[in-house]
Amino acid sequence: MINKKAILVLEDGAFYEGSSFGATSTTYGEVVFNTSMTGYQEMLTDPSYAGQILMPTYPLIGNYGINKMNFESKHIQARGFAIRECCHQPSHRQSEYTLHEFLISQNVPGISGIDTRAVTRHIRSGGVMMGIISSDMTIMEAQEQVRNLPKYDATRFVQDTGTDRVYAWQEDENTNRKTPSLAGDKSPHIAVIDYGVKYSILRILRQMGCHVTVVPHTSSADNILAAAPDGILLSPGPGDPSLLQDITETVKKLAGQKPMMGICLGHQLIGQALGAKTFKLKFGHRGGNHPVRDIATGRVYITAQNHGYALDAATLKGGLDISHISLNDGTVEGLRHQELSLITIQYHAEASPGPLDNLYLFERFLEMVKSEEKL
Amino acid sequence: MLKPSKVLVIASGPIIIGQAAEFDYSGTQACQSLKEEGITTVLVNSNPATIMTDEDIADIVYLEPLTAEVLERIIEKERPDGLLPTLGGQTGLNLAIALADNGVLDKYNLRSLGTPIETIKKAEERSLFKKLLAEIGEPTPRSATVNSVKEAIKLIETIGLPLIIRPSYTLGGTGGGIAHNKEELGFFTASGLANSMNHEVLIEQCLLGWKELEYEVMRDAGDNCITICNMENIDPMGVHTGDSIVVAPSQTLTDKEYQMLRSASLKIIRALGIEGGCNIQFALTPHPIVAEKWTPNRENSERSEYYVIEVNPRVSRSSALASKATGYPIARVAAKIAIGKKLDEISNRITGKTLASFEPALDYCVVKIPRWPFDKFARGDRTTGSQMKATGEVMAIDRCFEAALQKAVRSLELGKRSLLWEDSCWNKESSSEYPLHPNDLRLWAIMAALRRDSSCEQISRATGIDPWFISKFKNIVEMEKRLLSEPLEENILLQSKRLGFSDEQIGILADRLPEQVRQLRREKKIRPAYKMVDTCAAEFDAETPYFYSTYEQENEAPPLAGNKAVVIGSGPIRIGQGIEFDYCCVHSARALQKAGWKSIMVNSNPETVSTDFDTSSRLYFEALDEESILDILENESGEQAGEQEQPPASIVQFGGQTAINMVESLFQHNMPILGSSINAIDIAEDRSRFEDFLNSLGIPQPPGVAVLSSKEALKAAGTLGYPVLVRPSYVLGGRAMEIVYSEEDLNHYLSLSLETNNCRPILIDRYFQGKEVEVDAVADGETVLIPGVMEHIERAGVHSGDSIAVYPGINLTDDEISTMVDYTTRIGLALQIKGLMNIQMVIMRGKETSDIYILEVNPRASRTIPFISKITGIPMVHVATNVMLGTSIAQQGYKGGLHKKQNLVGVKAPVFSMSKLIGVDNYLGPEMKSTGEVIGIDHDFPAALAKALIASGLMLPARGKLLLSIADGEKAETIPLIKKLSSFDYEFYATEGTASIIKESGLPVKMVARKISEGSPNVIDVIQDNSVKGVINTASGGYNSLKDGFAIRRAAVEKGIPCFTSLDTFRAAVEALTNSKHVGTVQPLKEYLAEKD
Repeated sequence: MINKKAILVLEDGAFYEGSSFGATSTTYGEVVFNTSMTGYQEMLTDPSYAGQILMPTYPLIGNYGINKMNFESKHIQARGFAIRECCHQPSHRQSEYTLHEFLISQNVPGISGIDTRAVTRHIRSGGVMMGIISSDMTIMEAQEQVRNLPKYDATRFVQDTGTDRVYAWQEDENTNRKTPSLAGDKSPHIAVIDYGVKYSILRILRQMGCHVTVVPHTSSADNILAAAPDGILLSPGPGDPSLLQDITETVKKLAGQKPMMGICLGHQLIGQALGAKTFKLKFGHRGGNHPVRDIATGRVYITAQNHGYALDAATLKGGLDISHISLNDGTVEGLRHQELSLITIQYHAEASPGPLDNLYLFERFLEMVKSEEKL
Repeated sequence: MLKPSKVLVIASGPIIIGQAAEFDYSGTQACQSLKEEGITTVLVNSNPATIMTDEDIADIVYLEPLTAEVLERIIEKERPDGLLPTLGGQTGLNLAIALADNGVLDKYNLRSLGTPIETIKKAEERSLFKKLLAEIGEPTPRSATVNSVKEAIKLIETIGLPLIIRPSYTLGGTGGGIAHNKEELGFFTASGLANSMNHEVLIEQCLLGWKELEYEVMRDAGDNCITICNMENIDPMGVHTGDSIVVAPSQTLTDKEYQMLRSASLKIIRALGIEGGCNIQFALTPHPIVAEKWTPNRENSERSEYYVIEVNPRVSRSSALASKATGYPIARVAAKIAIGKKLDEISNRITGKTLASFEPALDYCVVKIPRWPFDKFARGDRTTGSQMKATGEVMAIDRCFEAALQKAVRSLELGKRSLLWEDSCWNKESSSEYPLHPNDLRLWAIMAALRRDSSCEQISRATGIDPWFISKFKNIVEMEKRLLSEPLEENILLQSKRLGFSDEQIGILADRLPEQVRQLRREKKIRPAYKMVDTCAAEFDAETPYFYSTYEQENEAPPLAGNKAVVIGSGPIRIGQGIEFDYCCVHSARALQKAGWKSIMVNSNPETVSTDFDTSSRLYFEALDEESILDILENESGEQAGEQEQPPASIVQFGGQTAINMVESLFQHNMPILGSSINAIDIAEDRSRFEDFLNSLGIPQPPGVAVLSSKEALKAAGTLGYPVLVRPSYVLGGRAMEIVYSEEDLNHYLSLSLETNNCRPILIDRYFQGKEVEVDAVADGETVLIPGVMEHIERAGVHSGDSIAVYPGINLTDDEISTMVDYTTRIGLALQIKGLMNIQMVIMRGKETSDIYILEVNPRASRTIPFISKITGIPMVHVATNVMLGTSIAQQGYKGGLHKKQNLVGVKAPVFSMSKLIGVDNYLGPEMKSTGEVIGIDHDFPAALAKALIASGLMLPARGKLLLSIADGEKAETIPLIKKLSSFDYEFYATEGTASIIKESGLPVKMVARKISEGSPNVIDVIQDNSVKGVINTASGGYNSLKDGFAIRRAAVEKGIPCFTSLDTFRAAVEALTNSKHVGTVQPLKEYLAEKD
């Protein structure tokens, strides 16, 4: 293994020297950290990491290789991968190739051997910022270039991460998974608007007995409603929701038409559609250990989170109530509508990676769908 | 739920294998946690060497035996309204069940807090547990509950071998085992039935080779559930988790597997209705390389990817480990949950910002390695299996697995045994020749095999260890090879440090002295950075002062400002160096803080109070060797930051031999030491200087010499006259100390010990079989304060740690006591002791006068410091620490000399774990064998003694049959004791010689054959068929005589009946039985101390 040097340079000039792995090209993106200790494959392929350099805080990455089962989209979505240690001898019965091979095959650069805890502490105090991974620039060159990069906050990503055609969800044969068969015509039909959906959401809906149709985020409200779905799910996705005013308009038209659930970006879009504002969190919520209180029951759930923006509670209106809050910083984690069949969550009930404690929210959504059908 | 106002906390009692210091840690946290809530705590523990029994931890402390009867009397007296059963290990749990079953809880309207008793039963009773899991659809291995061996044998056909035998309600797998054939199945079933509280064992399909995982889970009354940590056993299924090398978090699980087991854990804790913490063990499908060999025919027959193996419905050793590995205080939170608090109502004190309702995120890797006692019991069976054998454990933290592993190996303190160590008989060509089966040396055997080019796959197949771990071991071997062949340049030096190589290892491989490697590191600025354990992977700004070293960019531990001192800890719990020293370290840290100093704790033991993050101002979780201590001192001196302050002083008196051994290194590196000088320490340890020193004071010691060769030894012993006491210098817990009766035996001893003890001399002393006494003292150079004298029940020759000790000396004359005080005072002043010392003496009584000889002087805290501090009320460690900081004893309000006698008698008795250590002789000798201790306190000696014997399991039953086999020289002494007992309801069995003496004295006795070969009934028969309730076996000394009684003693141990190997102990037991009129007293320690004559 050639041990080529690489650097990670941040917008404020901070730099970290390590070794290159994966592709050797130069990459840039917003540098974010995730505190999950497992699930690097799911994270890398999560479309919400588009435009970002992903950095797990757990130091040993690649231990169980890459398998066919745990893709959350077709390919790696993160722009780069910054880690403490890359495992070149993975060990798992499902492993097909190494992390290094995976990154090479998708032309994504990685850097290993850096003090990721130092980077995390830097970001925690300075906020998320742009960064470059390079194995051929000097530190000075990278420091110069990193200041002139297109900013993450000003970039729209959903055109790259969402589907551009309508399709019915089926497992790819390559994943070694089977799509569960359905009971018949009585199965509810859910339209998922795709801003960068994770496969796990589609899998769970299907497992719960739904027909799942994925539609492009550019679809008009009329087109979506014309397909007569029993419910609409707004998917997660990357980027600043305030750049998505056109989509927000579509959501405004859909709200109240059908039972609706929004996850992550979908949650933010629903908030925006009903008049709320979003703001950027200093360093985001990314990890599998975030406690969230369900206000109605008082119960605390451990959630998987991955978001850099949040709804401003003070701006909520239009009949929206806060249903869930973060116990770490008190930010809004979920909404429910006083009259409409509409629920949202800022976090990832589909987990992958993360704890599976929140599947009840999908059930809650499907109950809304079913009771609506009866009317 | 109504909050209770007064809560009874049942502790775990003495340290035994399977139940160690972790329950002092959990009990201490629990009491403090309840105190914060304004609840009065009543704590019962028989173990004086515990922080939890300090007056400032629990409100009302009872140092009384842990039996249901005693607890009932305490309940009657204190009338608590809550009982906390889940923090005192298996002992606490079983006692709580007993109190519930015999109606005491109902009678006194005492509510069990937290996890309901019914739940505990469901988790503990195998058949109920299986049924519950089946109901919620969680898979368990095929199994059956049996009550007889016959039923067990039938299972070979229905389930198939190998089978694992698990008794209900036992600790550390006692009595269980893995059976590969019919004979083993019969044996383990019988022993399991004997050990089980309800005469029931579970026999289960044994998933050998499967991955073994543990989850630590918590649940509150509001049904909120979280997992604190998961852990992966490197040793796969088949080795007890307490005997496994464990890593946290899991390393080889995908997120799907991690979450699958996490979800199962939550489902189980909910179904059981646990309120508090619990530990759940799983078996998970192994890697194909392992599966191919270990589960060849099971490929398609398995019903599940995983199985639930076991649930511990209480705080356990694993939860202590999880607490230290994550920083999450499980016991503290469990105690709050027990009184009805919810997880989101409890703050996370590590971050000070978040709540207890979150799951810790680790950004490092933790490795735990068990500490086995086979350095002391070389003849014991070293195989590890389903029954735990380790006495303690070490933990190490680093940013990569290799480094965490290597630091943990360093922390074991196995002399110079780094990972490079190989047994000289291992120089083998093929990997099948190495001891790769589960045993205490397996890690080293794997490394050796990898060095000889065994492939990872071969090793993985042979051991069942996942290939991931083997490839990491291989990385270490690869680096060793590079260090051997490449020049030692900056790059390779840094890389090897990152992989956890010590300077010494690098030196050995790269042909340098460790000092040279250290110097090179300084030149290249290759120094460890210290990172914080903060529960949240740096996501939040935390205030915990809990650090580990690693070779990375950013150092998070700038030197502490202000006056500060480093307390060097005592490392893993082992025989000879137990929890007593942790007690001392904790007290020293507290005393420093009380005096306005910052305390810096260094230790490697995850089970203890000393490694709790709020015990000291700063905690370094590190190996206790020269390299890491010097690195820490340099870090604290600001050398890293370029500032050059004076390094902080070290306190070496409290961490046992581990800490005192650091003196030489500290001195050589000009590091300041608080307390007695290195000269004083050296005089005490150096045989000839010590002899000169005592001569100059005119204080006698048994004649003896230090020798370096066999020839010198034999000559010296001839001159001194047999029997002689032989031992290496610088001993720990009497290691390799023996009484030798003949030249032949001496040759035998020398052949074993000279080679293992290179260049340090062997000491040979005349052996005086007199009355052994000891004193602890604290001195400041002007004053020597002796809190009390202790008299040993067993005559000299039995290691002081294995002797029953009595405060105050009850059979000592005033003259003897004043001589002891005089000697102690003069030695303390002459050595200029600053702090603690312990002196052991032997009294040889003549017709009119007694001669007192000094056996040893230890210029440090001794094992008896917690005992003497508790029963005299003098906080010895606090006084000593203040002396070190410059406050004299007089300034602290104490006078010199012997402190006034308390109106109580305290008896300290040893506790053994012999049933766990197959092949080890339980005969008491100069080599220490006990793992723990208990205390008995009362107003008179027989009552105090009875309590100590009850607590240690050495009390004779009220009536029954005893088996005697007494050495010739002691037969006459035995007769009066037998006479005394025969006036009670006792009958006697005896071997030939003993039987004839008893018969001569006119008492009835049944003779039994001494050897199995001599026919029936023999000694073993009457033990195994439950005829006898106690065994008295003494030997005249010498290897042959000892060998004779071995089978008798082991049979008694395995049957779990009292076995006396010293006539002195037996005499005491008879006295306790016949004279103790009011054993019924229960009183808090404070009340005993407050009583005036």
